[in-house]
Amino acid sequence: MIVHLLAGDRPRSAALALILTAILVSLAFAPFLFPGTRSLETAARICIFIVLVASYDLLLGYTGIVSFAHTMFFGLGAYGVALGCEHIGRSFPALGAGALAGAFAAVALALVIGLFSLRVRAIFFAMITLAVASAFAVLVSQFSGLTGGEDGLNYSIPRALTPALTIVEGELFGTRLNGKLLNYYLVFFSALILFLLLLRIVNSPFGSVLKAIRENDFRAEAVGYRVVRYRIAATCISAAAASLAGSLFAIWLRYVGPDTVLSFEIMLDILLMVVIGGMGTMYGAVIGATLFVLAQNYLQTLMSGASEATAGLFLLPDLLNSDRWLLWLGVLFILSVYFFPDGVVGRLRRSR
Amino acid sequence: MSEAADRAGVVRRLPLADRLSRLAPVLLVPVLVLVGLAAISSTSSWLTLTVSGLAMGMMIFIMASGLTLVFGLMDVINFGHGAFISVGAFVGVSLLMALGEMTGAPSLALNLVALFLAVLAAMAATAVMGWAFERVIVRPVYGAHLKQILVTVGGLIVVEQLIAVIWGPEEIYLTRPEMLKGAVTFAGAALERYRLVAVAVGLVLFLAMRWVLRRTRIGLIVRAGVEDGEMVQALGYRLRLVFVVVFVAGSALAGLGGVMWGLYQEVVTAGMGEEMMILVFIVVIIGGLGSVEGCFIGALLVGLMQNYVAFLEPKLALMSNIGLLVVILMWRPQGMMPVVKAK
Repeated sequence: MIVHLLAGDRPRSAALALILTAILVSLAFAPFLFPGTRSLETAARICIFIVLVASYDLLLGYTGIVSFAHTMFFGLGAYGVALGCEHIGRSFPALGAGALAGAFAAVALALVIGLFSLRVRAIFFAMITLAVASAFAVLVSQFSGLTGGEDGLNYSIPRALTPALTIVEGELFGTRLNGKLLNYYLVFFSALILFLLLLRIVNSPFGSVLKAIRENDFRAEAVGYRVVRYRIAATCISAAAASLAGSLFAIWLRYVGPDTVLSFEIMLDILLMVVIGGMGTMYGAVIGATLFVLAQNYLQTLMSGASEATAGLFLLPDLLNSDRWLLWLGVLFILSVYFFPDGVVGRLRRSR
Repeated sequence: MSEAADRAGVVRRLPLADRLSRLAPVLLVPVLVLVGLAAISSTSSWLTLTVSGLAMGMMIFIMASGLTLVFGLMDVINFGHGAFISVGAFVGVSLLMALGEMTGAPSLALNLVALFLAVLAAMAATAVMGWAFERVIVRPVYGAHLKQILVTVGGLIVVEQLIAVIWGPEEIYLTRPEMLKGAVTFAGAALERYRLVAVAVGLVLFLAMRWVLRRTRIGLIVRAGVEDGEMVQALGYRLRLVFVVVFVAGSALAGLGGVMWGLYQEVVTAGMGEEMMILVFIVVIIGGLGSVEGCFIGALLVGLMQNYVAFLEPKLALMSNIGLLVVILMWRPQGMMPVVKAK
């Protein structure tokens, strides 16, 4: 049963299976295991980033295409939900319509970009997505009438998903049973379903073709697969999944803005999560996202502490300033691409 | 009549259509300028915009030329190229500010000496940095595009953050040297002096680069390397060394472009290289990877387009360049003048 759900893609390492189970159990019971707003925020963020990173891995790890537009697709889903709530009203159909519209727009855009850039050489794709994504971010902040510009949008989601709704009076393991809990489980189960779907896709015959293209596109073409079509299809699927992850994020946060869903920094986070977890393994996305979000939440505090402790020394306080978090991310990123290219999952599987 | 005469080849002129299609990319620039004239009714603002578009195009060309050659020569795509732009700008601007007395003086000679020193410092700094970047970041990932992109993006982020550590996270505002401020009036249009200087510098650099590539031995090796690297190596040339030289030269040019861009905008930020990279990539793609001439024409098109559209409809400026990219790729999927065969 479980193997079937995982599309026959076993973890292939006892340690990996253990870690994955631990993450699944922690996320499934997060509201009760770790009561408190901050830890619930972290858990929801992990769920959403697992989907986002897994969908990116479909492109980077399985098909061998580098895209810098993944945050754009993520943002399309998020803004879809935001605009749906803003203009249609505070209802579930509005959420659904927004998410669908976002996903549709993401797929259409991915198709167009793919048609133009993947036709000739895959390397164009990286450059063109970078250009299109930044143009999109600029547009979003310029058309402030529609998108709220740099300030973003605050909107209200159906009451059933907010703390205003009380399911049962009282607490369970220190957590109030209210709409926020429902919201969390909406995010958790949607993320779980999306992840299993992606896992199924990469383990299908279609996924095998993608891997063949990654290994040797010339040979895949010679065997008779239309490489361009497969690459474009992978781009579209990954865009749709990213946009749905964005919709979940928008439902959870009740706010969208360029900094939270569109910034280049998030793109970098995604890249790092994929590389740390292990490219070309969906489970890598789970581990990468979990490790990274936890580190982001708790290490930045540590850094500012270290910066204060070294105050007065030459350069060190500036280097350790928590605003320079990206510096260390960049260094970590380069080092992991060089010395750790198959990530945590690859390492665990090899040391089996 | 001897037999040899019969066998002599006849050099016929190509049909007009073929000659035109070869020239078509070059003709695009005047066509765009004329379209701009038609769209912008006032001649004087059209002239101003054309000059600033050309100036911008020249600066983008200076930044992009190294990238396209590096790609053509070694199939290395350097997403970290923008780091050289930022570092060049910061080094150059710091020196210009340190030489405040010379730049503030109303003497053209003093101003130019200060500017020259700043440019020299920026180019030296970015050349050294380019050498280090090639050694540390690029060399270990030869032949693997995916890793190249990832690692060079990482390098870009690290350099940008280091700039913020050294110069502080805020943008730095600056003023141009005294004699380069202001504008000259020509045919009723105000043409900023600095932009005219930028156009001149860009043009001189382009011609110099063309001369080096076409008339010198090293240029011959570079062009042959772009065309067929393995053959050049088989003939006994150390293409790796040539590549390092081109990489360093390209980095230095990016640094020069950074200083010029900083003076053009009168502000420098750590993220400016990253922002410019977007235009640089568009230029490199529409020009055709590996081609210096294509890069030059592409840069002029992008610069002109950006300025015309920004005047007509400010919000669409960046989108218009993406539109230009789409149109050109529909017309020629490899870019206007591709040198490297698609792989």
